[in-house]
Amino acid sequence: MSRYSILIDVNKCNGCYNCFLSCRDEYYGNDYPPYSAAQPLNDQFWMQVKEVERGVYPKPKVSYIPKPCMHCESAPCISASKDGAVYRRADGIVMIDPEKAIGQEAIVNACPYRVVFWNAEKQIPQKCTMCAHRLDEGEKVPRCVESCPTGALVFGDLDDPNSEISKLAKEVATESLNPEFQTDSLVKYVGLPKRFVAGEIVYKDNEGECAPGVKVTLTGGGQNRESVTDIFGDFEFEGLDKNTTYTVAVAANGYAPWQTEFTTYKDVNLGEIVLERK
Amino acid sequence: MSEKVFTNCTNAGPVSVYVKDGKVTRMRPLVAEEKDFKPWVIEADGKKYSPPKKFNVAPYVHADRRRLYSDDRIKYPLKRVDFDPNGERNPQNRGKSPYVRISWDEALDIVSSEIKRVSETYGNSAISGMTSSHHNWGIVGYKMGPFARFMNMLEFTPVLDNPDSWEGWHWGATHTYGFYWRLGMPEQYDLLEDALQNAEMIVLWSNDPDSTRGTYTGQESALWRQWLKEKGVKMVFIDPYHNFTAGVMEGKWIAPRMGTDTALAMAIAYVWITEDLYDKEYVKDRTIGFEEFKPYVLGETDGQPKTPEWAEEESGVKARVIRALAREWAAKRTVLSGGSRGGEGGACRVAYGTEWARMMVLLQGMQGLGKPGRSIWGTTMGAPSDTKNWFPAYADLQGRVATSKVANHLPVNPNKQRVWRLTLPDAILNPPISWYGEGFCGQSLEQQFTHFKYPMDGCSEIKLFYRYGGSFMGTMSDTSKWVRMYQSPKLEFVVNQDCWFNSETQMADIILPACTNFERDDVGEWGACGGYTCHASSGCNYRIVVRQQKCLEPMWESKSDYEIFTLLAEKLGRKEEFTDGKTELEWVKAFFDSSDLPKLISWEEFDKKGYHIINIDENYKSTPSLRWFAEGRDCDTPDTNNPKRGTEKAGHLGTYSGKIEFASESLKSKFPDDEERPVTPKYIKSWEGHHSEIFEKYPMQLMSPHPRFSFHCHYDKHTDWLDDIPVHRIKKDGYAWWPARINPVDANRRGIQSGDIVRLYNDRGSVLCIAVVTERVRHGVIHSYCSSAKYDPLTPGKSDSPDRGGCVAILTASRMVSKNVPGMTPNSCLIEIEKWEG
Repeated sequence: MSRYSILIDVNKCNGCYNCFLSCRDEYYGNDYPPYSAAQPLNDQFWMQVKEVERGVYPKPKVSYIPKPCMHCESAPCISASKDGAVYRRADGIVMIDPEKAIGQEAIVNACPYRVVFWNAEKQIPQKCTMCAHRLDEGEKVPRCVESCPTGALVFGDLDDPNSEISKLAKEVATESLNPEFQTDSLVKYVGLPKRFVAGEIVYKDNEGECAPGVKVTLTGGGQNRESVTDIFGDFEFEGLDKNTTYTVAVAANGYAPWQTEFTTYKDVNLGEIVLERK
Repeated sequence: MSEKVFTNCTNAGPVSVYVKDGKVTRMRPLVAEEKDFKPWVIEADGKKYSPPKKFNVAPYVHADRRRLYSDDRIKYPLKRVDFDPNGERNPQNRGKSPYVRISWDEALDIVSSEIKRVSETYGNSAISGMTSSHHNWGIVGYKMGPFARFMNMLEFTPVLDNPDSWEGWHWGATHTYGFYWRLGMPEQYDLLEDALQNAEMIVLWSNDPDSTRGTYTGQESALWRQWLKEKGVKMVFIDPYHNFTAGVMEGKWIAPRMGTDTALAMAIAYVWITEDLYDKEYVKDRTIGFEEFKPYVLGETDGQPKTPEWAEEESGVKARVIRALAREWAAKRTVLSGGSRGGEGGACRVAYGTEWARMMVLLQGMQGLGKPGRSIWGTTMGAPSDTKNWFPAYADLQGRVATSKVANHLPVNPNKQRVWRLTLPDAILNPPISWYGEGFCGQSLEQQFTHFKYPMDGCSEIKLFYRYGGSFMGTMSDTSKWVRMYQSPKLEFVVNQDCWFNSETQMADIILPACTNFERDDVGEWGACGGYTCHASSGCNYRIVVRQQKCLEPMWESKSDYEIFTLLAEKLGRKEEFTDGKTELEWVKAFFDSSDLPKLISWEEFDKKGYHIINIDENYKSTPSLRWFAEGRDCDTPDTNNPKRGTEKAGHLGTYSGKIEFASESLKSKFPDDEERPVTPKYIKSWEGHHSEIFEKYPMQLMSPHPRFSFHCHYDKHTDWLDDIPVHRIKKDGYAWWPARINPVDANRRGIQSGDIVRLYNDRGSVLCIAVVTERVRHGVIHSYCSSAKYDPLTPGKSDSPDRGGCVAILTASRMVSKNVPGMTPNSCLIEIEKWEG
């Protein structure tokens, strides 16, 4: 048995859309029976790229989240399909049979990730196949992975302990895009954007200078973290939970301590924090 | 019919083309045999860095199949319905009137008789024509190939290109450190290794390499930056836009007000001088004129010390941030990344942009330019790369059918008249005009001082204009004047030859359909420019020369450019003179034979296999750029065109003094009193910036950098898959709009929300875009890429009509960098923006 997966490192993705475009090149106008019917010109994104902008000026962040079919081990689309129109191959790839699936729009609606698309002309649901037709011909990776310039997409067999993907999955904490859907997706992520807090420390009696090397602590949400400001007096805590209350405290020798409490309804920029002499 | 796989190359990467039943079904980054790759290895801090065995092409290359079959392809020869060469020509209807299909024979007859008529009536100098940049790839069919050979035969008036993407470096930096043979950009040899081994910080100043990709080398360098990020090298981005490289690298974002970068640079120099933080020994031995520069920085000459507080006032960047950056830059080995090729960047495409580029060189000069980790490096070139085996590239004289010695006969153009691309419309509409500078001044500094006048004494004004491959509506300045030019009766005949309908195509009287490089035979090396950008393929992880195989017959009635010019030459009775007796494939073979490739692979194998990878040899010796200069040695880099290399002055730079010049000897010799490009660089307030009178009326600064998902005007509207990338275009109500990015503060003030159609306007024109409200753009700035390929005026043919295609270049000024610097200034542009209720 094998379990093919794509491990997506969001930190490495520069948002080039090569994955989306190479996918479209593979499938637009090309039928690959019995694997898949041709992708139409509009409205189908078998590999979509979701842009997430966080934070505020002058400390924004941007992440790109490549999003194919998750090839779930508990796939709602399989449950929603009739006549075995959606099935899982022995290698874990979830496939839609373009013949059997005719008329089954329920397959589209069953997917909580919204990565199955309805082809109104052909009356079929369509989605990513991990390029199963190419893998069966002997290709090593799907088109999206082949075209990725930064190694943000890694393809392989999670059941093969010697595969690059298995080794990577052991080294880093992987997660599902939406674990709350509880579908046991085979596609895994690293570095999905969470919440962050940032700030910039300034001494009131010396506003002409940044305040580097100042100790900043963050507590809350079961965490207790420490950081030190950089040469610009900037600090940041990344990977915070959503909707959680935290406290940031700043301690610099000779200056009155400063602290504030905030809740991560969204990303937080504390802006300039001006420390006063004791 | 079974599937066949062909090899070909694009302007951003090599491809394998899959063809079934005469139709291209897909295109992959070229699939090469694994044994052909011998990856280089760089060792740094006990780690080995080596590229994967693959080609990382640019995004749009994956959509080349769609571009090949675009609805925008020109399928047949066309004639404007109200154009009669023997009667009413109706030039005023160019851009308005529809076209009718005609036969090739009729089209060739009209074009050849017009050529004859115009040259007999007015002389050869009345014929002019020009190309756009790089809509195809392959040296045989390149724009400098058949087009130039044919036009030279006609003894035409060439249109000189301005160095559009790197004006300040070309006209400014050259007078500071030479490198005119690289058009102002520095050599980049082995700087990847230097950065991995030595860099502690990289300052990317007006540089977004993940968008501009070193021009032709696809995304090969994205991984290099990933390595540097993982190594913990601190990255600082100075840019009014939080660009895409900043997005993935993170690091510090510093967003100056546009046009004030030189003030920021002066303040950094001020901190170094007043805090004694510069390399005094280097300044003493390797530079001249520091004693003339220093008093200006300290305010001794103009009463204004260039303090960080002063620069904060100008740029909006906090004085403390400037100070912290300056100190860290001095303390840590810092690479200055001043544009994608080292030089370039939007900060040099502004009023007085020469001064910023000069300051980039001088700042790094104050920190020992050339010492380990103290380079000027764009992060997109400088991998270990073979330089021993030569293969011709498009900018090499030996890489063009127009000028190469592989030809038996070379047409020589004795006509000395020139026009300047940026002022071509003015030349047609309001002659005479004049300017300094001989286009790409890669032969000498003095070429910049050559004075030109149009019309030249004894020459004719231009009457026949041959436009080839592309459009300037989205890329040059104040571009609605191009519409006015085309509608002038002074242009008696306009022909346009292209693969796709472009914004200028419908300004022609006759339109000729050319085929793409997938429909003809050619040869080309990926990423190689040759000429003034020698060894540019070091931006690729592997050198690869591709036999660009004809994948399918030219579609519809299109023909290769070579064939079109051959047929025209035949009509003029000059066929042999044009073809040199060669077919396209024979030119391919001739170029192959003239190169070093036959030493590495036979023609037969190359022709069949379709590519050859030139790996570095085992004895590869790294020679980091300018290390020789920093160490007082002779130049040891393979910078072929450096004229002092191998001479007794081999340790000198290309300046008059051979050193870095704080006070420029070349400017002193020609323009000693020029206050706009002074002998020592100065910060000069922009003629269209926050100090200008019209700032009250137009308080937003337009920033229009090179685009991320298209190349000049190529791809974009001919490649509609790109319309599904919201960074590129956003679909609304059935139309794919060009995005304009605006900060929430500016948006709220005007009641603008993301997804609104907005009008960007000033006294020069109006452009409709779709608003993207984002925290990633500085207050007071509208970010919208240049290079929209879709000029789509609401009233076609009316030069002042609002354009809804996104050609924001319409809004930019005609005014040049400075009085003696004829460069474009798209980033000195004030506008207002409002919600469009049209």
